[in-house]
Amino acid sequence: MAIQLTINDSVHEFDVEPDMPLLWAIRDIAGLTGTKFGCGKALCGACTVHVDGQPVRSCSYPVSAAAGRRITTIEGLSENGDHPLQQAWRELNVPQCGYCQSGQIMSAAALLERNPNPSRADIDTAMSGNLCRCGTYTRIRAAIERAAEVKS
Amino acid sequence: MSDIRLLSRRDFLRRTGQGTGGLVLALSFAGCSRPAEEPAAASEELAEFTPNVYVNLKSDGVLEIHCHRSEMGQGIRTCLPQVIADEMDAAWDRIVLVQAPGGQQYGDQNTDGSTSIRQQFDLLRNAGASAREMLLLAAAERWQVERSEVTAAEHTVYHEASGRSAGFGELVEDAARQELPAEPTFKSPDNYRYIGESMDLIDGFDMTTGQANYGIDTVLPDMLYASIERPPVFGGTIRSLDDSEARAVAGVVDVVRMPDPTSPPVFNPLGGVAVLATNTWAAQQGRKALKIDWDAGPNAVYDSESYKQAMIETSHTAGSPIFNRGDVDAALDGADRVVEADYYAPHLSQAPMEPPAATARINEDGSCDVWSCTQNPQAVQQTVAGLLGIEQTDVHAHVTLLGGGFGRKSKADFPAEAAWLARETGRSVKVTWTREDDIQQGYLHAVSAQHLQASMDGDGAVTGWLHRTVFPSIGSTFNAETTGPGGFELDLGFVDNPFDIGNMRLETGDAKAHVRIGWLRSVCNIYHAFAVSSFADELAHAAGVDPKDYLLSLIGPPRLIDPTADGASYNNYGQSLEQHPIDTARLSAVVEKAADMASWGRALPEGRGLGIAAHRSFLAYVAAVAEVSVDDAGKLKVEDMWLVIDAGRVINPDRVVAQMEGAGIFGMSLAMHGEITAKGGSIEQNNFDGYPLVRINEAPNSINVHIMDVDAPPGGVGEPGVPPIAPAITNAYFAATGNRVRELPMRKAGLV
Ligand code: FES
Ligand code: FES
Repeated sequence: MAIQLTINDSVHEFDVEPDMPLLWAIRDIAGLTGTKFGCGKALCGACTVHVDGQPVRSCSYPVSAAAGRRITTIEGLSENGDHPLQQAWRELNVPQCGYCQSGQIMSAAALLERNPNPSRADIDTAMSGNLCRCGTYTRIRAAIERAAEVKS
Repeated sequence: MSDIRLLSRRDFLRRTGQGTGGLVLALSFAGCSRPAEEPAAASEELAEFTPNVYVNLKSDGVLEIHCHRSEMGQGIRTCLPQVIADEMDAAWDRIVLVQAPGGQQYGDQNTDGSTSIRQQFDLLRNAGASAREMLLLAAAERWQVERSEVTAAEHTVYHEASGRSAGFGELVEDAARQELPAEPTFKSPDNYRYIGESMDLIDGFDMTTGQANYGIDTVLPDMLYASIERPPVFGGTIRSLDDSEARAVAGVVDVVRMPDPTSPPVFNPLGGVAVLATNTWAAQQGRKALKIDWDAGPNAVYDSESYKQAMIETSHTAGSPIFNRGDVDAALDGADRVVEADYYAPHLSQAPMEPPAATARINEDGSCDVWSCTQNPQAVQQTVAGLLGIEQTDVHAHVTLLGGGFGRKSKADFPAEAAWLARETGRSVKVTWTREDDIQQGYLHAVSAQHLQASMDGDGAVTGWLHRTVFPSIGSTFNAETTGPGGFELDLGFVDNPFDIGNMRLETGDAKAHVRIGWLRSVCNIYHAFAVSSFADELAHAAGVDPKDYLLSLIGPPRLIDPTADGASYNNYGQSLEQHPIDTARLSAVVEKAADMASWGRALPEGRGLGIAAHRSFLAYVAAVAEVSVDDAGKLKVEDMWLVIDAGRVINPDRVVAQMEGAGIFGMSLAMHGEITAKGGSIEQNNFDGYPLVRINEAPNSINVHIMDVDAPPGGVGEPGVPPIAPAITNAYFAATGNRVRELPMRKAGLV
C-alpha cells in the first residue's frame, strides 16, 4: 500500500504494509538509522520519535496511523545538532554506549515542549519509559535540568 | 582497511561546516564503521608515517589513530587516543580516529575483562612514544643537531637554540626512515597533558544527533534482512519444517535452514530457520508464520526450580577443596558460636540495549566482509572462517559501535549467522536479533548457590570460614564434558578472599549446564561478592559490631595476599602479583573513604538504612555504600549511593565516574529485578516486562563517586564497580528492616 509520510519536513512515498511499525519504515525504508530498536514492544523507548510533536514509540505505532502527520526523528530535532538538550548532553558527556540516547533526547524534547521547567519528579515520570542499560540516568536528569535552564 | 575509512570528504565537510566546536567535529570524522562505497578521502594520497599499527601520521599533519578495541560505552575510543597522543605530544584536534578491523597485527582485541587500559597501557604508550622519538630523530637529522637538543610539543618539533621548528606533518617522510626505537622513553606523569584529563567523548556529537553507527545500522546495497527462529531449547533440532506460509508473507524473499547446533556450542550458530526479506519487519512477520516441529533434545530436562534445589543440596555437601588454610573443621567444632547461611543468585541476561546484529557479504574471491557490534573481531574472524571453511585472514571483521556489550557481544555467533546466510543466499544479509531472542537465546550469566559457615570466638572474632560455591561453568560453552566451576572463575572473588582468618577452606561443587553460559559484566564476582559481603554483614550483626568496623577488622592489617600460599591456583586477571598485588591496605582505604563520604554512623529515621560492601576485582578496589528507604509495605527504594574506586592511574576521570555510575545502576538491576529462569528447557522471560531493568524513576537521587589518587599501574574500570552494589543494597535493607536478603533478585520476595 502506498503511504505518504512527512519525516523531518521531507515527504516520502512508501509502498509498505499498513501495519508495519513506523520504526521499520523510518529505519529500513527511509534509511534514517538514528531511531533505534530495543524491544519492539513499547517497553524501552529507544525508538521514540515525535508525531505531530507528541512522543510515540515508533516500534508500536503502525505506519498507517502516521500518514499525513508530521514525524520528527533525532536527525530532524535541530538543524545543526544544537538543540539545547543535545548541547547539554554533550556538555555533561551523558552517553556511554549512546544507543538509547536518541530516544532519551526525543522524550526529553517532548517533555520540555510541554513543561519548560520540569521538576525532578516530572522528569522521572516523563522519562521512565526510556531504558538505559548503561545507567546514565543521573546525568540525563542533570542534562534536562541544564537544558531547561538554558531555554528559559 | 579502506572500507572503514568511512566517511567521505563531503560528509566531513558537511559536518565541520556545522561549526559547534571544531574539536569534536574533527574527531567525529572517521566515525565508526559504516561501509562506504565512496572513494577514500584525498588525504590518503599523502605521504604517511606509520611506525606501528595504531599510528598513521599524514604529511598534512592529520594523525590517524587506529582504535583496535571496541567501544561499548566504556569510553575506549576517547581514552585510547588520549594515551597515544599524550606520549606522542600530538595535538588533540589533529586526531582522526579510525576503528580497526580484526587482525592479528593489533595484538589482543578482545574487549573483555576490563583489559583495554590495564593490560595495554604500556603498549599504547609505546605506540605514541616511539612515534614521537622518530619524529625527534628526523628533526635532529634535518637540522644537523643532537637528538638531545630537540623537543616536541603540540604536534611540533622545536630546536630551541636556533629557534627552528617543524610541524609533525612536515617530518613525515624523514621520520618514516628512522629506526624504530627499541625502548622509547615514556613521559614523566608530571608532563601528561591528556592522560588523567576528562576529555570530552569523541563520539559525543554523533551519539546525540543520531549519526553514530551501531551493528544494527549497517546498510549494504541490495541486502536482505534476516530474522531467525532458533530452537526454543538449547541444542534442539528441527524434526520438520513447513515454510509455505512464511514464504507467502509480503516482502519475504527466502527461507533458509541454519546449520544444526554444535556440541559444545562455542560461538557457532544455534541452528533454526532464517527468514530473509526486504525489510526487518517483513522478516519478523515471515518468521512468525513458520511451522516448525522441534526435537527439544536432552536439555528439555532443565527446570530452574528443581535445579536450584539440587544446587543448594550440593552446596550442603562436602565439595572439592581448592584452598585450605589452617584447620576449619577444628575451628567449627570447638567454636563458641557457628553462623551459617545460603545465598542464591539466578541466571542473568546481559541485555545490551542494542540486541546482537551483524551484516555480512561474500566477495567474489570467496572472502567475507562482516560488520558487527562485536567485542572481539578476532573471534569473529575465527568463527566465520571455521564455519565457511575459509582462511581467517579472508574474514574482514569490521567493528561498529556497540550499543552496550556487557559480555554478550564477545561471542561471535551472530556475525557467524550473518556470514552463513550471506553464503547461502548469495546476497548481503543483515541479521537482527529481537529482544526476545536476546533474552532467551543468549549466553546466560550462571545461576549460583553458595553455602557459608563461620565460627566465632567469645569476642565475636571469626576463627574459621568455610565457603562452598556451586555454579554451571562458562567452560561448558567450550567443552561439553565440563561439569563444574573452572579455575578462571574461582579467581573471581572466591580464592582471592581478603579476610584475615586463620582457618579457611574453600570448596566447589558440580553443576552441569543446560544453556549456553557466558560472561556478564564482572562475571562470577557478582555472586561471590554478594555472598561474601552479605555474610560479613551477617557476622557483624551476630557479633554486635558496626558492619563497617567489622568489615575492616575482617580485612585486617595491611598485607599482601597470595592465594597460592593456601593451595589455590590463581591467575590475578592475567597479571603478576608483584605488579598488581592483592593489597588489603588499598581495600581498607576504599572502605574508609566510602564510609566517610556517606557519613557512616549518622542517625537515620525509621525505615532507612545504610549498607556497605567492598570488593577487589579486575585489579581495582571498590567500596559501595547504599542508603535505602523501605516503606510500610516493605518495598525498597535506593536513595543514594557512594562509590569509591582505586584503579591505580586513571586515564579519563570522567569516564571512570561514568562507569561507576553505570555500575551502580547495573548492580541495582541485578539486585532488585533481574532473573532468568527455565522450564522444560525453555527460558520463561522474553522482553523487558519479564526481565525488568532499573528505570530512571528508580535511580538514586545521587550516585557520588570518588576516585582514589593512587600511584599504581592502571586496574580495570568497566567491571569492578558492579560486584559490591547488590550486597551494599541488601545490607542496607537489613539495616532498615532487620530482614536479611539471601536470594536475588529482591523482586522475587516482593521487596521492590
Ligand atoms: S523499541 Fe520501541 S519501545 Fe523499545
Ligand atoms: S547509553 Fe548505553 S543504553 Fe543508554
